[in-house]
Amino acid sequence: MELSSELERRLEQILPLVEKPGRYVGGEYNSIKKNWDEIQTKIALIFPDIYDLGLSNLGIQILYERINAQRDILAERAYSPWADMEEQLRGNNIPLFSLESKKALIDFDILGFTLPYETLYTNVLNILNLAQIPLHAKERGLDYPLIVAGGHATYNPEPIAKFFDAFLLGEGEEIILDVIAEFQQWRKSQTGKDDLLECLSKISGVYVPSLYSPIYQDDGTIMGMEYANSQVPRQVTKRILGNLAYIPKKFIVPSIDVVHNRVAIEIMRGCTRGCRFCHAGMINRPVRERSVEEIIAGIEEALDNTGFEEIALLSLSSSDYTNIVELVDRIGSHFAGKNLTISLPSLRIETFSIDLMEKLKESRQGGFTLAPEAATDRMRKIINKHISEEQLLSTAREIYKRGWLTIKLYFMIGHPSETFEDVAAIAQLCKKVLAEGHKAIGKRAKVNAGVSTFVPKPHTPFQWVACDDQQTIREKQDLLRKELRGPGLKLNWTDPRETMLEAWLSRGDRRLSAVIEHAWQEGAKFDAWQDHQNYDLWMAAFESAGLIPDFYTQRTRFNDEIFPWEHINPGVNKRYLFGEYQNSLEQKFTNDCREQCYACGIIQTFKDVRQENPGSSWKCPEVKIRARA
Amino acid sequence: MRYLFRLTYMKNELMRYTSNLDVHKSWERTFRRAKLPIAYSQGFHPQPKIQLANPLPLGFLSENEILDFELTENLQTNEICDLLKPKTPPGFEILNIEAVLIKQPSLQVQTIASQYRIEFLEPQSFDLLQARCRNILNSLSIERERRGKKYDLRRLIEMLVLSREGDAIILKMILSARPGATGRPEEMLDELDIPLNKTRITREKTILDSNIAA
Repeated sequence: MELSSELERRLEQILPLVEKPGRYVGGEYNSIKKNWDEIQTKIALIFPDIYDLGLSNLGIQILYERINAQRDILAERAYSPWADMEEQLRGNNIPLFSLESKKALIDFDILGFTLPYETLYTNVLNILNLAQIPLHAKERGLDYPLIVAGGHATYNPEPIAKFFDAFLLGEGEEIILDVIAEFQQWRKSQTGKDDLLECLSKISGVYVPSLYSPIYQDDGTIMGMEYANSQVPRQVTKRILGNLAYIPKKFIVPSIDVVHNRVAIEIMRGCTRGCRFCHAGMINRPVRERSVEEIIAGIEEALDNTGFEEIALLSLSSSDYTNIVELVDRIGSHFAGKNLTISLPSLRIETFSIDLMEKLKESRQGGFTLAPEAATDRMRKIINKHISEEQLLSTAREIYKRGWLTIKLYFMIGHPSETFEDVAAIAQLCKKVLAEGHKAIGKRAKVNAGVSTFVPKPHTPFQWVACDDQQTIREKQDLLRKELRGPGLKLNWTDPRETMLEAWLSRGDRRLSAVIEHAWQEGAKFDAWQDHQNYDLWMAAFESAGLIPDFYTQRTRFNDEIFPWEHINPGVNKRYLFGEYQNSLEQKFTNDCREQCYACGIIQTFKDVRQENPGSSWKCPEVKIRARA
Repeated sequence: MRYLFRLTYMKNELMRYTSNLDVHKSWERTFRRAKLPIAYSQGFHPQPKIQLANPLPLGFLSENEILDFELTENLQTNEICDLLKPKTPPGFEILNIEAVLIKQPSLQVQTIASQYRIEFLEPQSFDLLQARCRNILNSLSIERERRGKKYDLRRLIEMLVLSREGDAIILKMILSARPGATGRPEEMLDELDIPLNKTRITREKTILDSNIAA
């Protein structure tokens, strides 16, 4: 068989030397390879971790289908090579390439990174370096691709502002096409890069960091912002879709084993619960639902297109989907007997959830997952998680009775003002749940406790709070390890050093760019991998940048502090978040906002979109059309 | 009722690094996309009744892979082919589908040998290779060790031919593929002192013994 390019000829001798070479081959069923020479504008979509993790990323899948549906644009994919492949690429001076056409990333017009979490930042730098592209946006002239990013982590883009030309805030489905269209216009005009960036900054939802310069006070907090000119928007508001009519259906079917092999479908976006720690719950507002018909038709078509054996119904809180019973019934009758696995995560702690699971699952394997998040009433009031101990125990009792052997319980330690009593209560609660299991089914009952550590996130009511220091986290984890011992009990926790890294980066400012770059230079990468601990490198990087890590993590923010992400507007406003912060200090519950609108800012920010999308698919109140004078 | 069919296909570049387990999975999904009434095993974890003849090492190409599958309906082979072909992933190419008797012994049992073609990615001396091949063929036994077990490689060689095709040198071999007596091209290459990654290996034929009784 003829190999199409010089690169492929070279790869033929390299791939046998690396682990899982199928990661670097492409050509999967439903992947799209257009004729490179005939397409005007080329974009590479990049998930900065290995193929195995990145392939099933829903954001990339949506954009890939959406962009490739345009005749004059092509989208290809790239991922981080694993260390062995990196060594081969560097050793053979092969720049990082796209999977479809095997073209060097530098030959694309635009590189679009998705950044769902902060611990991918060093991988971004590594990818740019492997692609032989300068790391700093200001060093990249017209010879280099435009480099942009989106995703949850970019709601605080400041720590990585130096490396990107632009950030695409919010939901990417439409904004990406706007950016590409603007790029194509600019290309025709043959003007400089500054001109391109200025044009991009006028697109709603596009943040061009080079047009902004933060000014710091002596104590390191931010005094204000300087703008490149008077046209620069003072705040960049995220983009949202008025409805979720667009559903990806031609999922790429990998030819090798990856982490998730499945048809993933969002049944809704956003969440009305208002848990105060929850980043996703704040930045993904408003809640918009897909209709049962759209979901069933979407799954059906995607199954036909892929042959996948698993369906994942995604949302932040499945139980809150308005027609959840109808949906589950319809899925049950539609897809039963086809040897499919169906997953429905994020169910509320109530027996009704067990009914839902029973309708979807023929077997009781894999355990039943509940997320109480905290174990005392006091803590639950602080984080705004409405659930009582009795409710949890009676649900657990019923889960065991109905045949599940294992209950997985998710908790977080390190919530604001948490005491050791609150932590000890986690262990006690796990034991009480196990006791329910023993009563129901005897010694076969198991409890797996997953206890992660809270990291305060920007744009949440807890953006003002300090997080636990490492010593405290370790002591709390020690307590849990001591208390949660014995047959039937299992405990998982997060390495505190990993938590610290996430915490620094989450609420970092622009000065952290130097830290990230230094850490990467010294070898930090794959920071999201537990076995790639680079903690010492990070500490050294802080020192060399003359910054103190604790400034970002161990400090309660001033009530009127200007945050590094102040100019990024997720629709939810600071006043509402501060009110929720105060409610947490006073241990006051706030209701689900479907009961009552708390004016978080979404409906004010997006009143036009709401007007264009009336009806019950949004969970926000209707906006009255006012007659204009 | 169950109906057994035999599919022969090529495994090309885009599936070259797909392991046997993943090849199996890829075919499962292809059958599902084609909406063929594939039979499933009984029990707690029903598995589709698909069986690969002879595992192919990662990185090998093949012009003659064989798999058996069972359907719950008796469809015409050309009908199956029409349904399957448009749903087949790049990297697999269907060559033939035929109906076979359900009472046959398993494909693994019927497989007795494989024929391989080896191309070289870097220039080689024909004379040197020829001398080494002769040396191998003239040996009475070639003792080797694989995963801690000693075996005689010579006994597993049924054919070994070096030839020129234009500028290229081609090494062909037929190696035994009986249970517990499988000859491996990579072991042959090691014996010839050629690194695996400097070659392209293609399985040209899977040789079945249709006389083996059930």
